[in-house]
Parts: sequence; C-alpha cells; structure tokens
Amino acid sequence: MNGRRIFTRPARIAAVAPYLWMVLFFLVPFGFVLKISLSETVIAQPPYLPTFDIFAGWEALRAALAKFSTDNFYLLATDDIYIFSYLRSVTVALTATAILLVIGYPVAYAMAKLPRRWQAIAMMLVVVPFWTSFLIRIYAWINILQHDGLLNSVLLALNIIDKPMPWLSTDSAMYLGMVYSYFPFMILPLFATLAKMDGTLLEAASDLGCSRLKAFWFITVPLSLPGIGAGALLCFIPIAGEFVIPDLLAGSDNMMIGQTLWLEFFTNRDWPVASAIAVVMLALLLVPLLVYEHIQRKQLEHG
Amino acid sequence: MARSLHKPSAVNIAALALGLAFLYLPIVILVIYSFNASRLVTVWGGWSLQWYRELFNDGAMLSAAWMSLRVGVVAASAATVLGTLAAIGLARGGFFRGRTLFSGMLYAPLVMPEVITGLSLLLLFVAIDAGRGFWTVTLAHTTLTMCFVTVVVQARLNGLDRSLEEAAMDLGCSPARAFASVTLPLIWPSIAAGWMLAFTLSLDDLVIASFTTGPGSSTLPIRIYSEVRLGVKPEINAVCTLIVAFVATVIVVASLASKLSNDRGENAAPL
Repeated sequence: MNGRRIFTRPARIAAVAPYLWMVLFFLVPFGFVLKISLSETVIAQPPYLPTFDIFAGWEALRAALAKFSTDNFYLLATDDIYIFSYLRSVTVALTATAILLVIGYPVAYAMAKLPRRWQAIAMMLVVVPFWTSFLIRIYAWINILQHDGLLNSVLLALNIIDKPMPWLSTDSAMYLGMVYSYFPFMILPLFATLAKMDGTLLEAASDLGCSRLKAFWFITVPLSLPGIGAGALLCFIPIAGEFVIPDLLAGSDNMMIGQTLWLEFFTNRDWPVASAIAVVMLALLLVPLLVYEHIQRKQLEHG
Repeated sequence: MARSLHKPSAVNIAALALGLAFLYLPIVILVIYSFNASRLVTVWGGWSLQWYRELFNDGAMLSAAWMSLRVGVVAASAATVLGTLAAIGLARGGFFRGRTLFSGMLYAPLVMPEVITGLSLLLLFVAIDAGRGFWTVTLAHTTLTMCFVTVVVQARLNGLDRSLEEAAMDLGCSPARAFASVTLPLIWPSIAAGWMLAFTLSLDDLVIASFTTGPGSSTLPIRIYSEVRLGVKPEINAVCTLIVAFVATVIVVASLASKLSNDRGENAAPL
C-alpha cells in the first residue's frame, strides 16, 4: 500500500485552498452573525453598534465587547411574533415532510421495482425538475391557482363550482408548493435505499406464508428506514427555513421564521434582530442536522 | 441483485405515472401559456410569440439575464476548481486533522436554509466593507455551489478503482503525473457535470443573491421575483420557458457526459 501513502500528502495539500475558502466564507461569517446578534440596533450605516475597528487595539476591542447585550435574544423569547414564527415553521415543516413521505414513498417504491434500464430513465425524469429553477416551479403554480387561473376555469367549465375559489394565498397552496418543490428531495434517498434492497428477503417471506402487505410492513419499511430518515431531514430542514414559497403562495397573516428574518432585515432594517433570529434558527436546526450526520455515518459503516 | 422486488404492479405504475405527472404538468402548462396570444390566462387567444418579443425589448430583464450569466460562469468555474480540490482531499487525503470540520462545512450548505447563508455572507461583506455587486454575488455563489461540486466529484472518486493510480505509481509515475494521466481523465465527466450543476444552481438562486447584491445589479431570479410578486404577467411565462429550455439542454448534456463515464465502468455520481 505504498502507492496510497504517496498519494495522501498531495491530496491533503490540494484540500488546503478549499479548506481556507470554506473557513473564510462559511465559518467566519457565522462569527459575524453571532457578533451582530449581540449588538444594538441604531439608525446608521451599518445599522448596529458596537462596530469593531480591527486596528484600534486591544483596549478598544475590550470596550466594544463590554457593550454586547443579549437584548435581541430576550426579545425573541418574549415577543409572540417570533415565538409563533418558530412554531409555525416547525409545524409547517413537519406537516409538509409527512405529506411528502406519504406520497413520495409509493413513487420511489414503484421506481425501485422497475427494470434497471427504466430505473435510470425514471430517476432522470425525477431529477430534471429538481434542476429546474424552483422560482419558476412556484410561479407555474401561481398560473394555475390564481383567481382567473387554470384550476378555477376548469372547475367552472365542469360546473363543479359556480364562482371562482380563492386558491392562492392559502395554506393549502403553500403546502402544495412545498410538496411540489421538495418532491425529488424525498424520492431520491428513498429510491436509493429501496433499489439496494435484497429481493430474496421478500421471496423468503412469501415462501413462509407472509402476505404481501405484511411483508411490506415488516421487511420493506424497516429496511428503508435510513432512506426515510435521510429524505425526511433533507426536506424538513430547508422547508423550516423557507422564504420564497410561503411568501408567494401563502397568506400574509402567518409568517414562517425565514420570512420573519427577511422582514426584519430588508423592511425593518433591524440587522441585530435578524441575526439573532438566524442564530436561534441555526441552533434549532443543528439538532436534525446532527441526526442526519449520524444516519449517514451509520450508512457508510454498513457499506 | 438476483431478482428485483417482484414485477411492478399496475398500482406501482399508476403511482409512478401520477408522481411524474405531478412534477411535469405545471411546467408544461406554463410553457403552453407562454405562447398564448391573450393577456388573460383564462382566454386562449391562439398561438403567438408576442411575449417573447416584449421580453427581448425589456432592458431591465435582459441586463439581469446578462448579470446572471456572468455570475454563473465565473462562480461555476471557481466552484469547480475548489470543489474538485476539496473532493480530492476528502477522497484521497485519508484522515487528517480537521477533516470532520472540513466535510461538515462542505455538507452544511447543502441543507441549510438559504436565508442563513445569505445573511451571514452579507454581514461578512459589510464588516470588511466590500462594495456589493457582481463580485460579492459571485463569491457567495462560489461558496454555495462548490459544495455540490464536491459531492458529485467525491462520489466519482470513491467509485474509482484505486489500483489504477497505484499501478501508475508503481510503474514510476509521480503522484501528480498519475493523477493527471490516470485519475483526471476518469473523473473528467463528473467534473464537467459538477460545473453544469454549479452553473444552473447559480442561475437559480434568489435568496443568497438578494442578500449579497447591491443596488442596480439584480440577477434574473431577483428580477423575476419582483415581477411575480406584482402578479402574473405573460412575459414572465416567456422568460421562464426560455430558462426551462436552457436548463433542460444543460441537463441533457450533463447526463450524456455522466452516461459516458458510466459506460466506462463504475457507478458514477447520482446525476
């Protein structure tokens, strides 16, 4: 294994540039978010205090640090607006993920049963919309759901309804948009585990007198748990932080936390509160992220 | 796999067909409406290209598209170099100090809500007093998309037969030479696919670009978004159709490249 050892060092050297890049543009920015979340809002440019002057020396830095306050976090914990936003995000993300699981599983299962050749084509067909702009996909639904949109026209023409229904700006429209946007995120991990499954286990089960439904419930479902976990988390985390979908499809009375952050930042120009929202959001999402990481490592160990 | 799970039943086929219809129907409807001569969505006024004509007279939309294309090309190229290097480090570097942090940083942006990534990058740019515009958006997109490139290229590297590289080195190749003449040609299709993925993601991004861009330099999604908020316009159907056509072309090329690499053996990235 001499060759492998020769290759290791250059590979590590290759990783130096991206490593530094990610530290500089991914890790360090969180330091700034944390710092500004502890700052005070002012009407100035930039709109927060204290600001650091890196060249002012240690004393100035200490004086600035002394001005840090946890007021923004206190606000988040006491103001109903923020608490409701977080709760709504979690509720919406859980509901959407559950719907995705229920409708995604049969599709992934059907894909796994296709012959090899067709599997590749089906996968391609699922991936293409995932690559197509999500903004366009949301917009496509606005075309259908709006007041004089396709859905109302069709329902009116079929005499199912006698006046146009307000589909847009409702929670149903938002859930539809979310399920639509994250559909491939759910299907792909499910399909990956289902396609790897050993079919002989099901044959053995049926040989031993197990009904197909029972075999599905006691063999297929437990074996696909890693895929269910991965798919659920891949959907749950980004949905919880969604901004665009609720903004374009849901009503404006119940905001998700991503929208609240956006509002604080762009409309109220309250950067410290926006940062504090981001810090708490990150802390809450770290839990499922770590679970996901754990699942992935387990999958890797099992090969 | 000896035999697959059983044969697909009628129920399975129906589920798959419904799922695919769900995915494609809204896009197909959008494309059809972009050729509608009538301004009203309910009224079909016959086929027409007038919304495309209006689109090409919309200066703001065209300059946004130009900005998006430039950002996409620069960001995707930088992301491909950095992401490929990162993938090499992760796939061939063994266990080094800080590896967990490194891979954590590379995987986190894949799932993290974009509002957080966007906000944190903006605060960095403000803190270092960088003028916001083309370069800040490009930098932000490079950071986000290199993570996707890493995943794609790393999957391919993990699937490669290492004995090929080792054989080259046993025969007297330096590691750099072995990499350039053995590894690189084998992972080339996934690098190309990574570039295209990075490019389409950059072209698609609204949230991060909104945070990191400055006044007067909006990207195409920002422009579309501000129009969409004001209601449905047939021009938007047209621009969306053009983007869909463009992305579809890119994907077909990327998947052909990926298929090419598949045909040479080994399982490639999930593309």
